[in-house]
Amino acid sequence: MSTARTFLTQIAAILAKDIRSELRSKQTWISMGMFALLVLVIFNFAFDLRVDNKAAVVPGALWVAFIFASRRGLGRTIAAEQDGGSLDRLLLCPVDRKAIYLAKLLGNLLFIGVVEIVALPIFAALFDVPLFVGQLIPIVLLGTLGVATIGTLFSVMAAATRARELLLPLLVFPLIVPIVIAAVRATGSLLVPGGANEPPWLGLIIAFDIIFLSLATLLFQYVIEE
Amino acid sequence: MTFDRVGTSLNRSSDSSPVPPTSNYNQSSPAQSDAAFSDASDKIHMVEIRTLKKSYALKPVLRGINLDVRQGERVALLGANGAGKTTLLRILACLTRPDRGTVFILGLDSVQQAQQVRALIGFVAHQPYLYPELTALENLLFFARMYAVKQGRERAVTLLQRVGLERRMHERVGTFSRGQVQRLAWARALLHSPRLLLLDEPDTGLDQQGHELVNALLTEHVEQSGSVLFTTHQLERVLPLAGRVVILGAGRVVFTGETANVDLDALQRTYQRATV
Repeated sequence: MSTARTFLTQIAAILAKDIRSELRSKQTWISMGMFALLVLVIFNFAFDLRVDNKAAVVPGALWVAFIFASRRGLGRTIAAEQDGGSLDRLLLCPVDRKAIYLAKLLGNLLFIGVVEIVALPIFAALFDVPLFVGQLIPIVLLGTLGVATIGTLFSVMAAATRARELLLPLLVFPLIVPIVIAAVRATGSLLVPGGANEPPWLGLIIAFDIIFLSLATLLFQYVIEE
Repeated sequence: MTFDRVGTSLNRSSDSSPVPPTSNYNQSSPAQSDAAFSDASDKIHMVEIRTLKKSYALKPVLRGINLDVRQGERVALLGANGAGKTTLLRILACLTRPDRGTVFILGLDSVQQAQQVRALIGFVAHQPYLYPELTALENLLFFARMYAVKQGRERAVTLLQRVGLERRMHERVGTFSRGQVQRLAWARALLHSPRLLLLDEPDTGLDQQGHELVNALLTEHVEQSGSVLFTTHQLERVLPLAGRVVILGAGRVVFTGETANVDLDALQRTYQRATV
């Protein structure tokens, strides 16, 4: 079997294992989904939405829901690996550490993505926002990729400590600030009639995604090994 | 090896004198020693450890270990709690990086060529390294893909039958008893036909039948030119399982010797003297 094929097979095996485990335990999806929906409902009732303030309020509500829900998921995927024994289960295997990282990243993206697929229509209904307006879907996808890229890397570092619930947000939130700002601004610009993507927020998210994905893939092996 | 001569045969190594382990390989009479040494040296080195050191938070755990394990050898690694046995096995399994020294497995550097080394090693540890949400078969199939085992399903089913879990192969591991989990951990460790088995208290949770299974699995492994390095606190298990004993004390090899013609009393006396 070629190296590339082995690499892809191992990514697929880890991802399939994580999905199967999650489908049986249901710990991550349910808690993430409930959290996201709760935030959206609370924001919907807390703010008096009008046409003139919609662009200022709605993006914040959406991204607060997604960021905090994804933070729960990011902590769970690696913590689940630690709980049942430890990451040693994977580290014992002759697996490229990049494959472990990419599999965990894809798993996190999938878990967060499912929650977003459920939450987005509810968000659109609650805040009276068209779901397929402009580039909303690409902005959500790319913003989520950036958050998951950093979160996956640092969740491994946090999982190795006893204070992982405290450490993960401390490590992740400062780094995702640029992505969150860009995502909120880009989402807001969609809600203003004739709103322009100025400065190019979406391009900024893409740039951050590329930088963080490259760095995280390279650094993961040093983070994960003792 | 005459274990009752421990008073004179104990060999305490030090950081400053990295004596090659072959020099204290056998400490019996010269005739016996030469015979044993020449017989062992004909075999391929499975493990070569030289001046291995490891510290955690400035506390030294291994203080210059020298040890060889040859092909087909079964070595028991003994020592009191905190002697460094588990750390040594974790380094051999490429789970922990040494601070100093070298470890070669079949000539491969365990740090520089860790990926190749991992493929040669099967590890049974305190933790079973299994996924409780998955069934026994799913666990083995997952690890078969991780190790790129050809015909993984057939191999997994064969091993499940071998460890007596074929009737429970479709049940989740989370519902298994400790002994059943340990049997499955053995199947996982043997899945990719490793050359070197590292066993950290491999009898944990096993009943008498489980002990017999372990004996049989180890014999089969060695017959196929594999080597075994295992730790245990049950000295009565050492004599039937090991051909050689290595005792660690405070991070050093304080004793090595063959187990042939040795009884349990002699082993216990040696252990007590060596771990004081």
